[in-house]
Amino acid sequence: MLWNSLLLAWRSIRRNLLRSFLTVLGIVIGVSAVITMVTLGQGATRAVQDQISSLGSNLLQVRPGQRLGPGMDTAGAPAFAEADVQAIATQLGGIRAVAPEVRRGVTVIYAARNWSTSVTGTTNAYFETSNWRLASGRKFEDFEERAGAAVCVIGATVRRELFGAASPLGQQIRVKDFSCEVIGLLASKGQGAFGMDQDDVILLPLRTVQRRVTGSTRVNTLLVSMKEGSDTERVKASLTQLLRERRHLAEGDEDNFNVLDTRQIAETLSGTTRIMTMLLGAVAAVSLLVGGIGIMNIMLVSVTERTREIGVRLAIGALEREVLLQFLIEAVVLAALGGLVGVVLAAFASVLLAQVMQVPFLFNAGINLLALAFAAAIGVIFGYFPARRAARLDPIEALRHE
Amino acid sequence: MALIRLRGVTKVYGAGPAALRALDGVDLDVEAGEFVAIMGPSGSGKSTAMNIIGCLDTPSAGEYLFRGVHVERLTRDQRARLRRRHLGFVFQGFNLLARTSAQENVELPLLYRGEGVAARHAGARAALKSVGLAGWEHHTPAELSGGQQQRVAIARALVTRPTVLLADEPTGNLDTQRSREIMDLLAALNADRGITVLIVTHEAEMAAYARRVVRFLDGRIAGDAVTAHPVDAQATAGAA
Repeated sequence: MLWNSLLLAWRSIRRNLLRSFLTVLGIVIGVSAVITMVTLGQGATRAVQDQISSLGSNLLQVRPGQRLGPGMDTAGAPAFAEADVQAIATQLGGIRAVAPEVRRGVTVIYAARNWSTSVTGTTNAYFETSNWRLASGRKFEDFEERAGAAVCVIGATVRRELFGAASPLGQQIRVKDFSCEVIGLLASKGQGAFGMDQDDVILLPLRTVQRRVTGSTRVNTLLVSMKEGSDTERVKASLTQLLRERRHLAEGDEDNFNVLDTRQIAETLSGTTRIMTMLLGAVAAVSLLVGGIGIMNIMLVSVTERTREIGVRLAIGALEREVLLQFLIEAVVLAALGGLVGVVLAAFASVLLAQVMQVPFLFNAGINLLALAFAAAIGVIFGYFPARRAARLDPIEALRHE
Repeated sequence: MALIRLRGVTKVYGAGPAALRALDGVDLDVEAGEFVAIMGPSGSGKSTAMNIIGCLDTPSAGEYLFRGVHVERLTRDQRARLRRRHLGFVFQGFNLLARTSAQENVELPLLYRGEGVAARHAGARAALKSVGLAGWEHHTPAELSGGQQQRVAIARALVTRPTVLLADEPTGNLDTQRSREIMDLLAALNADRGITVLIVTHEAEMAAYARRVVRFLDGRIAGDAVTAHPVDAQATAGAA
């Protein structure tokens, strides 16, 4: 009986190809929209997480002043000094590297080209705290750091703007009013989390920048990267304690510096993209539901259209449940077919759009199965009611139907 | 015992003062192998009687025995099984499945009976051949003339080798020439295979093919007579 009903359903689908195609189309669009949206959303979440981890993993950023908001955080508070870096490195446990950071906007010149960028005064520890790798050349030597030598390591963007395809190593570039030898080239990181170009950097020894660019011994930012698996809260607490002592804050005084945990930023941002993913998924789910209602509508219409046919089938000996089963199978086959085509289409669309949007393609078996199951369920539910109506028709009524 | 026995069969549509008595205490016996024409004006109850005899409908009161079985006591499914075992239907409007080949249309009743592919195929081909449509198996109804469509419908009714063939106005949509061909075919099936044939018609010329004519009027049987000179099926076929 099941086999016969399958055969009957198949013949009915084949007889009405256009109607069947339109029915399937709604489900295809719904299923592929849900899967594509969720897949791309998860890719975007991953992309944001990757970008944030490229800033430095397990990184604490320490800045003077209370954290009042963007651009207001150094109000009145004393800056750090080079000595603070040594103190943290020697007295604090659980940390991997500590680097100072002094940044200042400058224009650099090579031959006839100039480029507006910023210089960063720091130490070799910066390579670790900020996850920089060298593409070619070398890092700073100890004596260069101590003496404040005019040497620099440049990022991929600066290299492209000043040197084009030529090798920058050993060339002299002009920074503000002094010449500086390029000793290293950084491997490219790409675009950062906030759309900024991370490769638009020039690294110099801290003392070089302090003496020749800023003209002070102030250090604006301390970057502390922690060892893998160390307790962030404990490190933060002891770092805060150490800095309070070094800055002679009395008991009860507010901190005149702030410690920012990159992991917190990462969590905030990926939380945002996760909400976006859910929203997009919800919108797509609505389209899937609409597709399901389309199936129900078409099944209802086809029952009305086919009332005489049902009457004939009943008159020549079809049982009520055989007609029911036939309509049910028709609906389920159409829904499942739509679901499968939707899954395949979504795979193509996701891979393509992921490339266009430059986010990773993450195959999610869960959402694919869920969308398929939902499509099949729509077929069963929305196929059942019109089918029951069809099968319950009185054969005479059905035959008289015009 | 008669193949078909109606006793006091009454059919009432609706309730209260507006109720319509389509049949009012009909008694009728039809023996196996008879060729009966049911005549009467519109609304006389002839189609209702046909539906009850065809087990498509049940009487409001009275008894209907088919091969000694009380049909009025059967469930929907039991009546469906009875239909597919013993009854073949031919309708005025042919009622073939659109966009479906003659072969598949004729196979349909066998499919519901659970026959295998080979039996369905052979049965449908044989039935189509017996109505003179050998070679037309793969044509859809739209590609066939009205007469040919009715032949396909007769083949579909015959394919299960029914005891009784019920035809409700089988020639109502056909011209005289095609109508005669269809009636010849029905008469030949009755004569050669011994299939009991009941037709509903309001054309005297078509009723003349039958051996017995039952006239309905206002839900009652107004006349029941053996035809004096039944049309000789062979003679008409030769003249056509």
